[in-house]
Amino acid sequence: MLNALALLASYARASFKGQLAYPGSTILLGLGQFLTNIIDVLAIWLLYDRFGAVKGWAIGEIALFFGLVNISFTIADFISRGFDVFGTDFVRTGAFDRILLRPRSATLQLIGYEFRLTRFGRLLQGIVLIVIATTTLPLHWTAQNIALAAWTVSGAVALFFGLLVLQAVLAFWTVESLEAVNALTYGGIQAAQYPMSLYPDWFRDFLTYVVPLACVAYFPVLVILGRPDPAGAPGWLLPLTPAAGFAFLAASFVAWRVGVGKYTSTGS
Amino acid sequence: MPQILVQDLAKTYRVAERDPGVLGALRGLMRPRWRTVDALQGVSFSLERGELLGFIGPNGAGKSTTIKILSGILRPDGGRVEVDGLVPWRDRVRHVGRIGVVFGQRTQLWWDLPVADGFDLLRDIYRVDPIRYRKTRDELVAMLRLEKLLDQPVRQLSLGQRMRAEIAAAMLHEPAILFLDEPTIGLDAPSKLAVREFVKRLNRETGVTVLLTTHDMHDIEALAERVIVIGHGRVLADSPFEALRANVLAERRLFVDFAGDAPDLALPGVTVRSREGRSLELAFDPRAIGAPALIAAITAGHAVEDIHVEQPAIEEVIARFYDLHGAAEA
Amino acid sequence: MTDFARPYLSAFSARFLLVLQYRAAAFAGFVTQAWFGGVKSMVYAAFYASGAGAAPITLSQTITYTWLAQALLALLPWAPDPDIVASVRTGGVAYDRLRPIDAYALWYVRALGWMLARAIPRALMMAAFAAVFLPLIGLSDWAWKGPANAVQGALCLISTALALLLSASMVMLTNILVAATLNGRGLQILTMPLVTLFSGNLVPLALFPDWARTAMLIQPFAGVFDIPCRIYFGGLTGVMAWTGMGLQLVWSIVLIWLGHLWLERVMRKLEVQGG
Repeated sequence: MLNALALLASYARASFKGQLAYPGSTILLGLGQFLTNIIDVLAIWLLYDRFGAVKGWAIGEIALFFGLVNISFTIADFISRGFDVFGTDFVRTGAFDRILLRPRSATLQLIGYEFRLTRFGRLLQGIVLIVIATTTLPLHWTAQNIALAAWTVSGAVALFFGLLVLQAVLAFWTVESLEAVNALTYGGIQAAQYPMSLYPDWFRDFLTYVVPLACVAYFPVLVILGRPDPAGAPGWLLPLTPAAGFAFLAASFVAWRVGVGKYTSTGS
Repeated sequence: MPQILVQDLAKTYRVAERDPGVLGALRGLMRPRWRTVDALQGVSFSLERGELLGFIGPNGAGKSTTIKILSGILRPDGGRVEVDGLVPWRDRVRHVGRIGVVFGQRTQLWWDLPVADGFDLLRDIYRVDPIRYRKTRDELVAMLRLEKLLDQPVRQLSLGQRMRAEIAAAMLHEPAILFLDEPTIGLDAPSKLAVREFVKRLNRETGVTVLLTTHDMHDIEALAERVIVIGHGRVLADSPFEALRANVLAERRLFVDFAGDAPDLALPGVTVRSREGRSLELAFDPRAIGAPALIAAITAGHAVEDIHVEQPAIEEVIARFYDLHGAAEA
Repeated sequence: MTDFARPYLSAFSARFLLVLQYRAAAFAGFVTQAWFGGVKSMVYAAFYASGAGAAPITLSQTITYTWLAQALLALLPWAPDPDIVASVRTGGVAYDRLRPIDAYALWYVRALGWMLARAIPRALMMAAFAAVFLPLIGLSDWAWKGPANAVQGALCLISTALALLLSASMVMLTNILVAATLNGRGLQILTMPLVTLFSGNLVPLALFPDWARTAMLIQPFAGVFDIPCRIYFGGLTGVMAWTGMGLQLVWSIVLIWLGHLWLERVMRKLEVQGG
């Protein structure tokens, strides 16, 4: 474990060094990231300005959902670049062979493939949202709430990471149309930024039981906001739901093993 | 117990056949048609510690498949492989820590990183002891003359420079076995020589076992004491190269420059391959007439300015060999 | 006349037919956009449920607007033409200076072909999904509805064509910026938020605060999507519709004129540098 972290640290050093060779470009791209993401906040503001309210949710509450989801995705995105580009950069080019030729786990090497500093733009947006939430709501960042937020974020990171692993698994069978998985990653952020009570039941069920985005944002954040679930989920259950993100990640890695087995028996 | 043991190795690929066009693609999705390709059909050989083996054969003969299986990234359908007591695909992580692999067509270094940084990263990946690493790296850098390249990003290197760096990268963790897949492909002449020189030295001085596949017969000629010829997924020959040459194409060539016009020669067991002005190229079977006897016979009757004996080029030997086995490239 | 147009027509159709072949990319784009359209529609529905009276357009119009936006995403001026970026990087731009034709027109028709070929398969798939499939499975409330009437439908077609001309003129400005700076990196990430916000792709421009609505309609990005869409569902009729199309035309002419001047200067500079 310690050894794995040490290796990731050396990967990170190498990756940062490469990117900081062009600091201007990195900063510019990061700012672009920030702009691209901050307009989503603007969209929420525009809708509140026009309609006044949405099903009893304050804008600050939505900002809290949205902020935590984006911070989670930034972290997942930061550590999963190798899986994100797995089809194009590893399977199609045969570079996955090189990964298999090294005496470390493929997962570790793919995580270390690249750490993109430009992602700070989205992180910044997430922080802005948390600040909006904190200043407009009577929100108490007690130790308990901070711990719950951290637990929520870790579950969401696991979920998003799992989605990107699944996208990589698909690449063992086809390298075309992989971007369709973006519907679940980028689209998932879009869906998870709003309270689930906005959605029809079937969609809420999909986001709870199939791709459990609700479990790593909506349910635990309800506890931080001090609100019960309008749909009636028991209160004791809400803070436990981020565990679903880890279950999803575990399932993704089962699929990953099947994919690697397929690769090593066909060589393609 | 040999260091590498390969018995009855078999590997079959299933290839999806697809009709052209959208309809064809759709039909392929519904009911795929498969064609099987037997890449390996019972390949067996063994290798002792410190041997240097050349693996030759036409494209699609099974060279790459064998290397991939031996290096643990491909699982065979049948047969047995043990490398230093490990089954490569079953103990992959432990196995690959003990071998070095260079694929001529692919880089294992990091495109944007300076060579030295890539080496450092490999040190951490292979968990090489830092003190030991420094010593090995400095030796490799000196042997492969990489001093001036260390600070350059890999993408700025020429192909020959990069291949030297690749080979060093494969040896940083001091593996006991080195697999080289087409290491000289596309290189300029000096780089080819440098690569061959290094591989030879490595094998002689440190006893590293080397298994090399190549298209370039000069690689084989310069390096391999033993060759395996593979065709259609089978081992067609496994012998010292000289023995292969003697069995397949035993004849020698005699080049003679006469003082005057080249004469007509009629000697038993000797054929004239070409005649040009005062020069003559003869082919003879050394089992029928020895080179000294033949030279004596010629110089006895004619004034000769220059004379030398050559063996047929290795390409010719191999081409003849494939002809005999009907194993030429499809 | 036909002979004059021939090089441009063939440049257009060559690009159009080539890009049309990227079916896998089109399918992936469609799946993502269908998801986004669906989520956005549900969110709008929730807001309308809370305060429909405050909105100048109906929920059904907003949902149709959302599907149209997803369908025509590829018509928006997101990024410089990747062909131009590649040709700037490899130095191939030099050849465009040597040809006896107008470089601006050549690049412009290629951009048109690129955008149209990307847009058509995506729009068809999105229409099949949102306008046909959704009503069939009983989700008419969430469907992409037809135009307000036949006249509005016809006007919308004209306006969409104008949107394409305008959008291509904006792509040209980014192309020229790439040629002028010899660097295409990072440009897309700056144009993206701009286009998303001002074209109506983020939130229909009709839902912007009242004090901003007129300004939003006049600014050039309204012409690449919002105006044809409002004509489609009857938000702009009669004189207002023609005014909207006039705006599209005026912006197109202005931007083409500016782009033409700028490209000439850039090309001359490239010549001096021997780029």
